[in-house]
Amino acid sequence: MTNPVIRICDEAFTPDPLGGLFWAREKTLIVSDLHFEKGSSFAERGVLLPPYDTKTTIDRVRALMRRYAPGRVISLGDAFHDGRAEDRLDANDLQALADLVKSVEWIWIEGNHDPAPPKRLAARSEKQLRIGEISFVHEPTANARGEIAGHLHPCASIVHERRRLRRRCFAVGAEQIVMPALGAYTGGLNILDLAFESLGAVFQPWVMGEKGVYPIARDKIRPDTLRRHGDRAAS
Amino acid sequence: MSRDDKALPSPFQEWFDGRGWAPRGHQLDCLRAADAGRSFLLIAPTGGGKTLAGFLPSLIALNRRERPETGRLHTLYISPLKALAVDIARNVQTPVAEMGLDIAIETRTGDTPQSRRQRQRLNPPDILLTTPESLSLLLAAPDASDFFGGLNALILDELHALASNKRGHLLSLAIARLRKIAPNLALAGLSATVPDPKPLLNFLTPQNDPAASQAELVLGAPGAQPVVDVLVSKERIPWSGHSGRHSFLEVYEQIRKASLTLVFVNTRSQAEATFAALWDLNEDGLPIALHHGSLNVDQRRKVEAAMAKGVLRAVVCTSTLDLGIDWGDVDLVVQMGAPKGASRLTQRIGRANHRMNEPSRALLVPANRMEVLECIAAKQAIEEGALDGAPPRVGALDILAQHILGMACSGPFQADDLYEEIRSAAPYATLSRKDFDDALAFVSTGGYSLSRYERYRKLIVSPDGDYQVRDRRVAQQYRMNVGAIVEAPSLNIRLAGKTSKRAGYKLGEAEEWFFEGLAPGDAFYFGGEVLRLERIEGTDAVVTRTISDNPRLPVWGGAKFPWSTFLADKVRYMLYHPETWSAYPEQVQFWLNKQREVAKLPKPDELLVETFPYADRYFLVCYPFDGWLAHQTLGILLTRRLERLGAQPIGYVPTEYALSVWARRDMRDVDMSALFDEDMLGDDLESWLADALLMKRTFRNCAVIAGLIERKHPGQEKTGRQIAFSSDLIYDVLREHEPDHLLMRAAWDDAAGGFLDLARLQALLTRVAGKIAVSALKRVSPLAVPVMLEIGREIVARDASEAVLQSASEAIIEEAMGSA
Repeated sequence: MTNPVIRICDEAFTPDPLGGLFWAREKTLIVSDLHFEKGSSFAERGVLLPPYDTKTTIDRVRALMRRYAPGRVISLGDAFHDGRAEDRLDANDLQALADLVKSVEWIWIEGNHDPAPPKRLAARSEKQLRIGEISFVHEPTANARGEIAGHLHPCASIVHERRRLRRRCFAVGAEQIVMPALGAYTGGLNILDLAFESLGAVFQPWVMGEKGVYPIARDKIRPDTLRRHGDRAAS
Repeated sequence: MSRDDKALPSPFQEWFDGRGWAPRGHQLDCLRAADAGRSFLLIAPTGGGKTLAGFLPSLIALNRRERPETGRLHTLYISPLKALAVDIARNVQTPVAEMGLDIAIETRTGDTPQSRRQRQRLNPPDILLTTPESLSLLLAAPDASDFFGGLNALILDELHALASNKRGHLLSLAIARLRKIAPNLALAGLSATVPDPKPLLNFLTPQNDPAASQAELVLGAPGAQPVVDVLVSKERIPWSGHSGRHSFLEVYEQIRKASLTLVFVNTRSQAEATFAALWDLNEDGLPIALHHGSLNVDQRRKVEAAMAKGVLRAVVCTSTLDLGIDWGDVDLVVQMGAPKGASRLTQRIGRANHRMNEPSRALLVPANRMEVLECIAAKQAIEEGALDGAPPRVGALDILAQHILGMACSGPFQADDLYEEIRSAAPYATLSRKDFDDALAFVSTGGYSLSRYERYRKLIVSPDGDYQVRDRRVAQQYRMNVGAIVEAPSLNIRLAGKTSKRAGYKLGEAEEWFFEGLAPGDAFYFGGEVLRLERIEGTDAVVTRTISDNPRLPVWGGAKFPWSTFLADKVRYMLYHPETWSAYPEQVQFWLNKQREVAKLPKPDELLVETFPYADRYFLVCYPFDGWLAHQTLGILLTRRLERLGAQPIGYVPTEYALSVWARRDMRDVDMSALFDEDMLGDDLESWLADALLMKRTFRNCAVIAGLIERKHPGQEKTGRQIAFSSDLIYDVLREHEPDHLLMRAAWDDAAGGFLDLARLQALLTRVAGKIAVSALKRVSPLAVPVMLEIGREIVARDASEAVLQSASEAIIEEAMGSA
């Protein structure tokens, strides 16, 4: 299917089922909350998760870059799970990531997990960035007009045809988009959580499937029945 | 055997004499085996004095010995149920007190207070009653060899219920370690009647040890032949459905005539429905109670106590009353719906009348026409004394990983030694060295081919090759995670507090998905009451009592267990042999005759496949009689193939007996032998499993048991201290990068033996290869009616998430367009 576009401030953005957002007019690809080396941060605490999360995430970003051939990539913060994550990168992953960063105009937006820019993957680094009417920032701001942010890891729990599905989503407000987390080991925060409500907008989920991104009406989504701890990246 | 008057030493003989009893033959046989230091397996029907037979050797030995100054554990008793351990302790304490024996008997379960557990460690009782999980914990402690060093006897109760599942695997590994600590340990297995005692005897005997002698088999006298009837309803027997609604009045009449009836049903939903219906009819106000796994433990204990006191007339129950001690003089067992297997039915019937010489009485109530055939087959099986049973499963790899970590917590080990020890346990007798090494690597570093976690090792290896846990934190992780059961996330059902806003009394609990179909304000049956869901707060579902004309009967997902191949064979045979039909009610005979007239009867060694058009759709119905699970897997795979053939399949529905698939195109010309070819178990299955929800749930259970992700503990949700991690994400990453990882193999083994029922599907496809009888019809055949009526009623577990999303999204687009 061809993906429908999300419109805010008269600009059109194409959401991709891999979790990226493409702004065709600016040839800009936006990715968020990559959380590199989250797996090894668990390993430090004795939870030996499969050590392939960074590679999986890099593969996703590379696939997005192949699909859209952007001139610019904006990483919306929390690209690294913690301050030492960059040092834990496997040599192959480091090389692969460096290749991607070098190939375009790459911009790191700082996140709460990675307030300092990476040392070995040098690129432009900003707290916040503005292109035309649109501003790019890690943590979404209340009552924002023309903002693309990350941080909250939105997901939606859909009940339809006696099935319940919980999937990552783009949270789309009238003039604001909260990006899904793209990292392989990132969990999600239900779009009906207070954190979204307190932004002063009504968000509609654009849900990521395998083949497409699907806008879903709010009457089909539900809060989580059980509180899911840690699903929200330890923020 | 000859029985002299003084079969037992004093004061035991006097105690028996005082009651006018004589020790039973099998009790003396057990005693003799134990005296010779041999392990034994006692198979006897319930009510045969099995428990006493198990304890008698220990009681006599303990009475003989000099009492040491500090306690030394002599006998360990393991029960599958916590509550059973407590009941049995009480039952054994009675004769001990009456004989005035100086023997200390205690229990140890998850409910035992910390102070007593501490004291038990320092000064153990003579006899300890506990569960497999508590045993594993005790064995993982550094002082395990001291604690168990003097162990003489190990009694395993209800062994038939334990041996073949994951808890049994865990127990078998614990036994292997106990034997190493106490080489002269003799085992006593107590079991209900099983079709083949060999697997249980193996369970009690060290494997891969030519010097080990096989456990002795002791058989109790069989009870009287049970009297089993199939309720031939005067009402119209329904074509489909499982409620048995048409026969409630007749069942109620039976309850009135009996003094205490157990009404067994197959699911918790049926229990609620049956209970509500019986109370609707209950003009006499008979005390009828309800017992199922979601009800609060206190509530269940109350019902059990009331049964024991003899104040109840009937209890509607699920498998929760299959095991355990006897709670009263049951004189009638009613099985609502098909019994599914002869062994299970025998066990349930054994609940009636525990006086050995009187026959048990049972009534089978088929819920639909197909079940009439199944019930009559089961009745015949009982009369022939035939039993069915599944072959034991090979030891699970996730349990193995858990055990290895436990052993590392107790002290250093050499890999070679532990491997040999583990292979002495029957479920792991054929464990390959590679699987063992993989499990050891998994516990040490995660066992990934990309080795990045050397510095985070959980097990460290000394230069001499001794494996040991790195630190106390790892041991703590093990202690929090021990056990083979992973509870589905569940919510407490609590009454809203009257005055405060805080939730009050807990009525029970139910799995999370129980609530997914309910919205606040909905009324539903629970525990025989009508409740209204008010709100969900954290892990509590807050409810109020209400009155509603139309409460909902929530569907618990739960595991469906398929009927046995044994009963299936019997039904297949009877169906093709009209001379046997006289056993059936007239309605059923009429129906089968109609099938013979207008279509074909399925031959026992063939697969009958019918095609016909119905209501703008084209149907393919086949009759393998191989159970719901195997048919469900077959349905998934057939629709994938039909999709490729361009038949445009739309859906499918499995029953225990048949499978119906419907499509937009006619399927009469499909090459059926190619469609049903065994190769569907290859790539088609593989690609479907990639996204299957059930597969992910299975993987999660394995990941928890193996210790990769932490178990959720009650109360912990509130502290929020634990690190939860979505196992789906791990599954996706492993499937992509390391599909042969130990955990993926463990999950696959579980799925194949569990929800996919692959062994049965494989056997089905092999059986019918080249023997498919195609019958192209113009209209629905009589035999197809039951499965056709299930369409729309059964919730078919579809895994096409994409289709659901698409349709959910379309629905809103249509809505938007419509209102514009």
